[in-house]
This record gives sequence, C-alpha cells and structure tokens, in this order.
Amino acid sequence: MAANPRQEAPHAAIELEELSLGWRDKVAVRDLGGTFPRGSLTALVGPNGAGKSTLLRGIMGWVTPLSGRICLTGDSAPAFMPQQGDFDRTFPISTHDFVAMGAWRRVGPWKGFGRSERDRLEHALQAVGLSDFGRRPLATLSGGQLQRALFARLMLHDADTYMLDEPFSAVDRATTEDLMKLLLDWNHAGKTVIVVLHDLDLVRRHFPQTLLLAGQCVGWGDTGEILTPENLHLARHLCAGDYL
Amino acid sequence: MRRALAGASALAMAAGPLGVFLVLRRMSLMGDAMAHAILPGVAVGFLTAGLSITAMTVGGMVTGLAVALLAAAVARLTPQREDASFAAFYLVSLGVGVLLISLKGGNTELLHVLFGTVLGLDDAALILVSATSSLALLVMALIFRPLVMECLDPLFLRSESNMGPVVHMAFLLLLVMTLVAGFQVLGTLMVVGIMMLPAAAARFWAASAMGQMALAAIGGVFASYVGLLLSYYANVPASPAIILSAGIVYFLSVTFGTQGGLWQVARQARARRLRLSRISGRDN
Repeated sequence: MAANPRQEAPHAAIELEELSLGWRDKVAVRDLGGTFPRGSLTALVGPNGAGKSTLLRGIMGWVTPLSGRICLTGDSAPAFMPQQGDFDRTFPISTHDFVAMGAWRRVGPWKGFGRSERDRLEHALQAVGLSDFGRRPLATLSGGQLQRALFARLMLHDADTYMLDEPFSAVDRATTEDLMKLLLDWNHAGKTVIVVLHDLDLVRRHFPQTLLLAGQCVGWGDTGEILTPENLHLARHLCAGDYL
Repeated sequence: MRRALAGASALAMAAGPLGVFLVLRRMSLMGDAMAHAILPGVAVGFLTAGLSITAMTVGGMVTGLAVALLAAAVARLTPQREDASFAAFYLVSLGVGVLLISLKGGNTELLHVLFGTVLGLDDAALILVSATSSLALLVMALIFRPLVMECLDPLFLRSESNMGPVVHMAFLLLLVMTLVAGFQVLGTLMVVGIMMLPAAAARFWAASAMGQMALAAIGGVFASYVGLLLSYYANVPASPAIILSAGIVYFLSVTFGTQGGLWQVARQARARRLRLSRISGRDN
C-alpha cells in the first residue's frame, strides 16, 4: 500500500516502502511495504528471528535500511521500549528519578523539573499503579513493578507513536492485564501503538491489526484474517529456513 | 602541613565523586589503569624539564588521553573488549614510564613521582590541584543528568539524544585531569586510592548517586586529615598513611554500613530466622 510518499499521507504514522533491514551477512527483514495508520493498534507477531526487533530498531533509526525507505510523520519521534533493556537495575536511583528520565525530550540535560512535569510524573505513576513507590530505590522493585515503572517512563515521552518490544515477557498475568489496559487507553487517546508479542491469545483479544513477520511479510491487516493456522505455519517454516 | 591538608582535601573533593561514577560504571579497575597510563607522559616531562609541574602535567595529559583514545578505538574497531584493550595499553604505558624514569632519575626522584610529595606541595601545585578539582566538580554538575543516564541506561540515552559519546569522553577527560593533578599530591601509584576507596565506602551509607558522591568527597577529606595526622605523629610517609586511613574507613563501612553492610545483613538474617522459628514454633 505504498501510495504517494511525497504527498501528505496524514493517515499514516509510519510508512514502509520496500524496506530491507539487516547487515551485510544477514538480511533480517526483506521487502516490507505498508503503513501503520495514525491511531492504529498493531501487534507485531512472528517466530524468533523473524526480524521484529530489527524492524522497530530500524524505525527508530538505529539500523540503516539496506534498501527502501521508512517515512515517519508526526511532530515527535516514536517512543520505544526495547526488549529487556539492559539497564543497570542496581543503580542507586529512586523510582521517581528513573521514571523522570522519560521527560528528557522536554527537559533535556539542564532544564528544571517544574510543576507541570512533576504533575505528569505523578499522573504516570498513578496510571501504572506505582503512586506510593516514588521514593523507593529502583533496586527494590519486583519484576512486575519494574515493568510498570518502564511503562510510566515511556508514558512521560508523550509521543504520538509508542513501540514496545515484548513488554510482557517476564511479567505475571495480572500485571500484563493492567499494562495492556494502559496501552488500550493510550490508543483510545489517539496514539499509534505497535507491540511485539508472542501471546497470540492477547493479540486476538485486544489488537485489531496484526503484522505477521517471518523475515518477510506473511500478512498485514485485520487480526482475524491474518492469524490463521496456515499463515502461522508458513511463518514458522520461513523462519526455520525452509523456503517454499 | 596546612598546605598538605589543603592540597589533599581539594583533590579528595573532586576525586570522590569521580570515583563514585567509576564504581557505578564498573570502571573501578580502569581508574587504576589510567593512573598508571599517565606515567610515561609524566616521565617525559620529568626528563625534559626536571621536576617541572607544567611539563609533567602536560605530558601526563597527552599520554592519558592517548591511552584512553587508543584503547577506545581498539575496542570499537576490533572484537577486543574495552577492559582488555585498556589493560594492554596501560601496562605498556606503565612499563615505558618506569623505564624512562629509572633511566634518568635516581631512586628518590622515582619515588617522588610514584608516591607524590604531599608534604612538599608548593604554591603552583596547590593552585593546580584546586583549579582542577573545581573545574572537575563544575563539569560534573553540568553533565550530571546525562552522565547518570549514560551509566544507568545508555540505550535509553541513545534513543533520546546524541550526548552519550560526548558525555563519555568528557568523563574520561575529567578522570585524566584529576589524576594528573593528583599525582603531585599522592603520586601515580596511589592517587587512585583517594578516588576509589571513599567512593567504594560511600556505597554502604547512601542510597542515591548524589548522596554517595557527597559522602565520598567528605570521606576523602577526612581520610586525608587522619592520614596526615598519622604521618606526623607516627612518622610514616604521608601518602600511604592517607590511603590506609581511607582503607580503614572502607573496612568500617563494609562492616557497619547501613546500606548492605555485613553487620546489618547478619542482623536482618537473624531477625528473619527468629521470625520463621516463631512461626513454626506456633504451628507445632
């Protein structure tokens, strides 16, 4: 669906044109084209090694395309939560200060953290259920609480597009449901949300759109139409290296 | 004596906070490596101009930066990791430095450079240490936020800004600068002690990075004071006395510190055992 990329495509938050991403010896994503419409809620699904993380990193500009283009529209760069960010969990910082990092785009290295920012921070902590945890050192948070803190930090970006790479992989059912609800709230508020997930049940319940990736596009569209046993089977084969 | 205290305190006030960042960035050993790496530059300065502060400082800066940049380059361009490349470069540097010094100087001069002359600080040295420390503290305050972020979550910083590499370089620069200024006070072998020991100790008392930095600075000044007193009354060399005082503070912190000190850990374990035995006692 690569229409006229030069003209205004106000309905598209992210547009991909025959995109190939990878490195010299390995192409992770091949010939991917399509759009993530503004305000859409898309699940990015596929077996391990399908190139999902690479795609998100490419959209962030961390991987240069081997060919093709990525067009981003909107006032702000996407906010991205990488897979299991390797940040230092034992660093001596309070949860409050850790979440406050999310305000960087507005506050930068030197601006003061004023009233409006503090209100936003309070609101974010409340939204994730960590209102009383502000003073606690980051190191004392449990896995689920840490994930909530990461969501709060992401929320502070106040970006138009949110991309999350396997945000629920190390988290229990209850926390997953709470955080999923948060993603739905963001989407209802008009944000474009893209989430890499392995839990297909979660995808079918909450995500209207799905991009099934297996090195190349297996299907991109309505979740019901895309997540068929045949497509999933095909995706598995493609990733296992059996090309049809 | 007052001058010695002033010089050592000025050094400690900048070295402590820097040391905290070294510890947080898991660069504790690299700090030591840097101190050794600056030796050939100091030696060259010494060989060309004798005990000239300026010459040795400039030489130290040049070599320190060279080692830092070369090691970083090797780590970036080859599969070699940063710690290994640093080890390689600093060891070579150390060897070259000791060789150069023993070529020209007699033993005393070598000792002076290696162990510092805190009791013989002249005006120029004192001004240099104070100026360097002030500058280091100022820059650290300026880049505090991105510096913390770069330690804590470098990927996040990278996604938000380009400041990462700049901050990284600035930090290395501050490190070299403080080490060079410090060698006149404590010598190249032990200057890292005043950087690392108070910082390592502060971790057992403060739960925030800021708190640790403040405590490390205070701890360093305290250790300088105690060390100088010790050297005066017990008639032992000053710089090892200072470092050993810092060491004693460290051991006390490991044992009695409120944030994970051994005594606290043992007490908590005992309280836990009591609670459990009470519960199981009740059930019986």
